[in-house]
Amino acid sequence: MTMMKSIAALLTVMLLAACAGPSKSTVDENAAGSTGTQAGGAMSSGVNEGGMGQGAAMGGSALGGPGASQENRIIYFDYDRFDVKSEYNPVLQAHGKYLSANPTSRVRLEGHADERGSREYNIGLGEKRAQAVRNVLLLQGAASDQINTVSFGEERPAVTGDDEEAWSLNRRVEIVYGQ
Amino acid sequence: MNRLNWQRAAAVFALLMFSAGLRAELQIEITAGVDKAVPIAVVPFGWSGTGAQPPQDAAAIVAADLARSGRFAPMDRKDMLQRPVTGAEVDFSDWKIQGSDILVIGQVVQGAGDQFEIRFQVFDVLRGEQLLGYRQATNAADFRRNSHRVADLIYEKLTGIRGVFSTRIAYVTVAGPATKRIFRLIVTDADGENPHIMLESAQPIMSPAWSPDGRRIAYVSFENRRSEIYVQDLRSGARKRASARPGVNGAPAWSPDGRKLAVSLSRQDGNLDIYTLDLDSQMLTRLTSGAAIDTEPAWSLDGQQIYYTSDSTGGPQVYRVPALGGASQRVTFEGSYNARPRMSPDGKQLAVVHNDRGNYRIALVDLARSYTQVLSDGRLDESPSFAPNGETLIYATREGKRGVLATVSANGRIKQRLSTVEGDVREPAWSPFPPN
Repeated sequence: MTMMKSIAALLTVMLLAACAGPSKSTVDENAAGSTGTQAGGAMSSGVNEGGMGQGAAMGGSALGGPGASQENRIIYFDYDRFDVKSEYNPVLQAHGKYLSANPTSRVRLEGHADERGSREYNIGLGEKRAQAVRNVLLLQGAASDQINTVSFGEERPAVTGDDEEAWSLNRRVEIVYGQ
Repeated sequence: MNRLNWQRAAAVFALLMFSAGLRAELQIEITAGVDKAVPIAVVPFGWSGTGAQPPQDAAAIVAADLARSGRFAPMDRKDMLQRPVTGAEVDFSDWKIQGSDILVIGQVVQGAGDQFEIRFQVFDVLRGEQLLGYRQATNAADFRRNSHRVADLIYEKLTGIRGVFSTRIAYVTVAGPATKRIFRLIVTDADGENPHIMLESAQPIMSPAWSPDGRRIAYVSFENRRSEIYVQDLRSGARKRASARPGVNGAPAWSPDGRKLAVSLSRQDGNLDIYTLDLDSQMLTRLTSGAAIDTEPAWSLDGQQIYYTSDSTGGPQVYRVPALGGASQRVTFEGSYNARPRMSPDGKQLAVVHNDRGNYRIALVDLARSYTQVLSDGRLDESPSFAPNGETLIYATREGKRGVLATVSANGRIKQRLSTVEGDVREPAWSPFPPN
């Protein structure tokens, strides 16, 4: 095949891709990943600025509110369960009290699941987990319009890996202030 | 050449490489075939037209399709002693000696404008008789598609089962580092060629579902940082947001008449329940209620029932509910985990994700006998989807840490793996048959 012909063939392929086939939509990519730290409103001291990983809260970090360290903004769950374990009571109490004392403050609860099983069922698990945390926060004095929930199921794992250690870190609800 | 031109040349090169890379995106490998694949010879088709050759090598496409089915073993071209184009040129004794049971010959004839005819004949070598003779018309743009159709016709003649070589597959890919992942919804031909990116997003894309006429795809997109259901037209790329209600909007499934979606919504109360959504009127009908996770609906063939996953008795199991409302009935009982039902094209079986001694595998549940047969052998298999002829299922599995696709025949014997050059592939959805 001559050079001209190969170019013509490639151009044909490209034209076909452009005209005949299904067209593509591109989504606005501005929406950043939501797993990073959100600096929430007034209280900025002690906010983890570095995104994931470093829980290096400066000074005295609060248990609840936007100043809470990363580890105090993630609630972990057992496999296929969505009941909040009692060890998280102090943390959730602190977040609930903060929301109650700061009625203009808003949180978004992002529910996640590990990768096992079917994806939409895992969306269900993530949503149930977010709802369970929401209910605790409501009991602790937060108002319902302060809390928004979203489930990402297994679509946004915190860590990659296919063992129990990774899975246990992915079954979680992240408390994100300022949403 | 000055510097600017060099850059321009480099940019064009990159683009060409990109197209070339895209063409070969999904690599298909047969990992298990039938013990006795039928030996078949598909002779290169003759060419009668202007120019050196037809738009594509139709015989090569047909032979590759038949080989990929796992049921046929095409002869290597270089071993062919003769290359007949017409029936009069065929000498059956040569083919007999070489062990071919079936012989396919043909020619491509150019018509007016960009019209072509793929004329082909299929012979039973042992009996020396013609099994099928056919003329498939095509234009240049659809030449590949129509070559697949030739393979469909040959496959149907030889097996009695309608071929699926001219169908398509939709799937989701994820590429890039964890902090900057790119999700894509892609549609390719069933042989992995001719990929089209339907949607590209920095946020998750889930649950692609073909409309019954194969013209639209419904899916879930998190592009607004929450789940929303969209319906996109394949040809134009135009799309509509079908559901963006508060809470979860998930698991779209088309009714057989294409007018409704069954969906899973959590709405204000946070409980995932099954609804039907009339696409024209936007009217919602609630089918389940209560605190359980009810999701992953799938319609029965007659549109009367909706099968779905529910954890109302603890772990996820499959239930069914009348599509116009009524009492739910549990369907699966074997094992602790049966989720994401998909109805077989004959309506007799459900494909599910089944927990098999700690492994998540694809299983078939026989609806009449309530018997469960595990088909796949992975640890984290999910998202089964039937080929429209019911012969094969495609599903998502792992290869090392990577997500890949695999197919398995409904009898469990023929297996293939489909992987991309890099990144994860997941959530395959096999299209319906194309319109004739």
